[in-house]
Amino acid sequence: MRSGRFWAWAAFIVGAAYFFIPLIATLEFSLRMRRGTYSFDAYQVVLGDPRFQATFGYSVVVAVFTIILGVLVVVPTAYWIRLRMPYLRPLVEFITLLPLVIPAIVIVFGYIRMYGSNSPLPFLASARGTDILLIIGYATLALPYMYRAVDTGLRTIDVRTLTEAAQILGAGWTTIIARVILPNVLIAVLSGAFLTFAIVIGEFTMASLLNRPAFGPYLQNIGANRAYEPAALAIIAFAITWGCMSVIQFLARYAPKSANRPN
Amino acid sequence: MADSFLSIQHVKKTFGDNTVVQDFNLDVGAGEFISFLGPSGCGKTTVLRMVAGFEEPTSGSIGIAGKDVTRLKPNQRNIGMVFQAYALFPNLTVAQNIAFGLKVAGVPRADSDRRVAEMLELIKLPQFGDRYPYQLSGGQQQRVALARAIAPKPKLLLLDEPLSALDAKVRVSLRDEIRAIQKELGITTVFVTHDQEEALSISDRIVVMYGGKAEQVGTPFEIYNRPSTKFVANFVGTLNVLEGTVTDAATGTVKVGAGEVTLKGKLNGSKAGDTLSLALRPEAISLGRQAGRDATLGGEISEVSFLGSVIRVRVGLGKEAVSLDTFNSPASPPPTVGEKAEISFSPEDVLVLH
Amino acid sequence: MTDITVSDPAAARSAPPTSGAGIRLPTQWLGVAPFFLFALLFLILPTSYLILGAFQNPAGEFTLENIRALFQPSIMAAYWISIKVSFASSVLGALIGLAMSIAIVRGGLPNWVRSTTMTFSGVASNFAGVPLAFAFLATLGRLGLVTVLLRYVGVDIYRDLGFNILSFWGLTLTYLFFQIPLMIVIITPAIDGLKREWGEAAATLGASQWQYWRMVVIPVLWPSFLGTVILLFANSFGAIATAYALTGSSLNIVPILLYAQIRGDVLNNPHLGYALAFGMIFITGLANAFYIWFRTRSERWLK
Repeated sequence: MRSGRFWAWAAFIVGAAYFFIPLIATLEFSLRMRRGTYSFDAYQVVLGDPRFQATFGYSVVVAVFTIILGVLVVVPTAYWIRLRMPYLRPLVEFITLLPLVIPAIVIVFGYIRMYGSNSPLPFLASARGTDILLIIGYATLALPYMYRAVDTGLRTIDVRTLTEAAQILGAGWTTIIARVILPNVLIAVLSGAFLTFAIVIGEFTMASLLNRPAFGPYLQNIGANRAYEPAALAIIAFAITWGCMSVIQFLARYAPKSANRPN
Repeated sequence: MADSFLSIQHVKKTFGDNTVVQDFNLDVGAGEFISFLGPSGCGKTTVLRMVAGFEEPTSGSIGIAGKDVTRLKPNQRNIGMVFQAYALFPNLTVAQNIAFGLKVAGVPRADSDRRVAEMLELIKLPQFGDRYPYQLSGGQQQRVALARAIAPKPKLLLLDEPLSALDAKVRVSLRDEIRAIQKELGITTVFVTHDQEEALSISDRIVVMYGGKAEQVGTPFEIYNRPSTKFVANFVGTLNVLEGTVTDAATGTVKVGAGEVTLKGKLNGSKAGDTLSLALRPEAISLGRQAGRDATLGGEISEVSFLGSVIRVRVGLGKEAVSLDTFNSPASPPPTVGEKAEISFSPEDVLVLH
Repeated sequence: MTDITVSDPAAARSAPPTSGAGIRLPTQWLGVAPFFLFALLFLILPTSYLILGAFQNPAGEFTLENIRALFQPSIMAAYWISIKVSFASSVLGALIGLAMSIAIVRGGLPNWVRSTTMTFSGVASNFAGVPLAFAFLATLGRLGLVTVLLRYVGVDIYRDLGFNILSFWGLTLTYLFFQIPLMIVIITPAIDGLKREWGEAAATLGASQWQYWRMVVIPVLWPSFLGTVILLFANSFGAIATAYALTGSSLNIVPILLYAQIRGDVLNNPHLGYALAFGMIFITGLANAFYIWFRTRSERWLK
């Protein structure tokens, strides 16, 4: 027992060191811009850079639209599969897991070849169309996470029973979805939304290959040309990810606990 | 005790400031089936886990078959244990589960196979050797767990609430099966339960535990009919408790509600004016007068519950009320609420709780 | 609603209340149609387009020439380094993650250790891409804090140990930063699923700790472990941003080669680009197929 605890501490401390040293090093590096003393100069330069503001703003807008698209695609499907077509579940789950197997670069390569200006769906013919294609691509990348979050949320509240109970009480479909299902899965949807945000905000591959002025390509560009700013940006990016995950954890505390079914 | 097989001496267990078991003593004879009965948190499971070796006593000693095992690890104690949640290994078939203890002991394959077949026969699941645990019902899983525990021929069998997760019918049949197998093998067994009916029906002796202490140790008959403390009397079986005032200590007359009963030689030196708690089992009370039950009290029927073979009647006696059981008889209709009634009981059956 | 109940009561029972129009089948499918349309247009068709393109020449005729062209040394080298990095980072990440997960679940550590580790893992498993590269450059780059500190005590990891952040080990070490936490996030529920009673039952049956692990714990965890390794493998096999930001295009892994091809057709043959993409899907798909085969074959005890 005692030696077991020793090894547990050892594993934990070694792991913690591996994870904290790069963060500390990055933080230290980001503060070194002014010669001979620590300062927040790198952060000031980064935050004051109009391109930072423009690309970050662009990525936030794209992330918001990605979340909306993801919710619209995933929620009705997950609900309907739970309620009426459980035999489709294996197929749908398989499809939602595909983006974990097919690399993003392959997906976007396919888009570039399929949706050029001469195709029936010429997304790439205009900048706005390319924005939309980027949002679609991000929604695809986020599909596994969004679907899982929503499906777990639906499972804990036992949609079938809730829907039947609402029907017995005389509710129509709009009432059921808006007043019964959505409020109950809202937290699951929000969890999926923040995870999507964390994935999308600094994404590089798709944005770069579609030539959109997003935050990811900006980061890469700064990395190639500057010394201290990248470290500051890494700390900022880590803070954003941390923020998203904290919100998800915070939301989880308010998620409805499974009341109807033990599993 | 020289002939005790499992000997627990002055065992105490504390977790931090919390004393869970205090000065627990018990001697179990070879082949005996003993139950630890008590509400949750009474320390019964902790005692069992100390016998198994999962917890070390803060002080005291535990001996199995004349050998002090207090500091031995569980895997050196040669015991078999069955858990509430079955705890079958999910990746092994029924046969592999039963063979587990034999395999780790290095028993040759042929002997092990023979023993497994024997065990499957014993638990009446001979064709189930190749199934996986998830393919079995709860009752079947628990029988496999029992077979797994006894396959390596342990000196001692520990059963930790093995029936609690099962539904009522299976619980009763498996209970009888466990007892039959235990008798057949003559294996010394400790059974932990919070269900008094289980303990009463299955045990040679029962240890009723409360607050980390053994309240009473005795046969089921003794525990039920001669509870030595108020807790035991209340915990085991249904009990009617009436408040009475001693009116005449010499004749043993006690006033209960509007009536009076005479309890000769049961007052243990109480004086006139003392208040006593008189306890009676429902089956010790009759509705109406009955031969041999001389003490009577008058009242009114307040509740009638039909339980099948038995009808439980609640009779109000002024401020107090008692429950009593009468057998159902198809020929006569059950009593009705509001009827005047007289109850009778034998003063012999009254337990005076001090 | 009544018009359909007459002909087929079973269908009526499963039909939504507003489907009174009498069109039966489409209403059922309307609920899932957007999803399937989306998946078809933006996941399945684009991928299929590339796969088909890999087997066609510019004239649109079937050919294996593109696949054969993958076997030229420079492309094989790219695949090989990609497979090496993905394999090393997934297996190491899985083993280290498993050890840490066991430590926080079973190690008797205080509660805060577990909750902190889980929160941090959630963050770190999503902290990838370009910023991760920056962090490791600031740590182990030529001017990184650890490099400088070690040089201070007399060890130059670049000169003395031949280390290079732009190498196989550099990239593997960097990828572990999201691989280990991802393993922890996925495998911890599986470790939680190991019942304490299993260990106790094994102990009363006379098994040593090692026998219990060999006969129960490892077989029980094996499917989740292997499944996660495959996921981690795919995760790093397709990753490009970190490597690109870390090394520019000096480390020739497949995604970087493909990236360059998409940007500028460096291979002088768009269909070779398709073949490159097909090769990536083929390898991650193969890993998954192996996992599915393994699971159905040897894990009959799984429901």
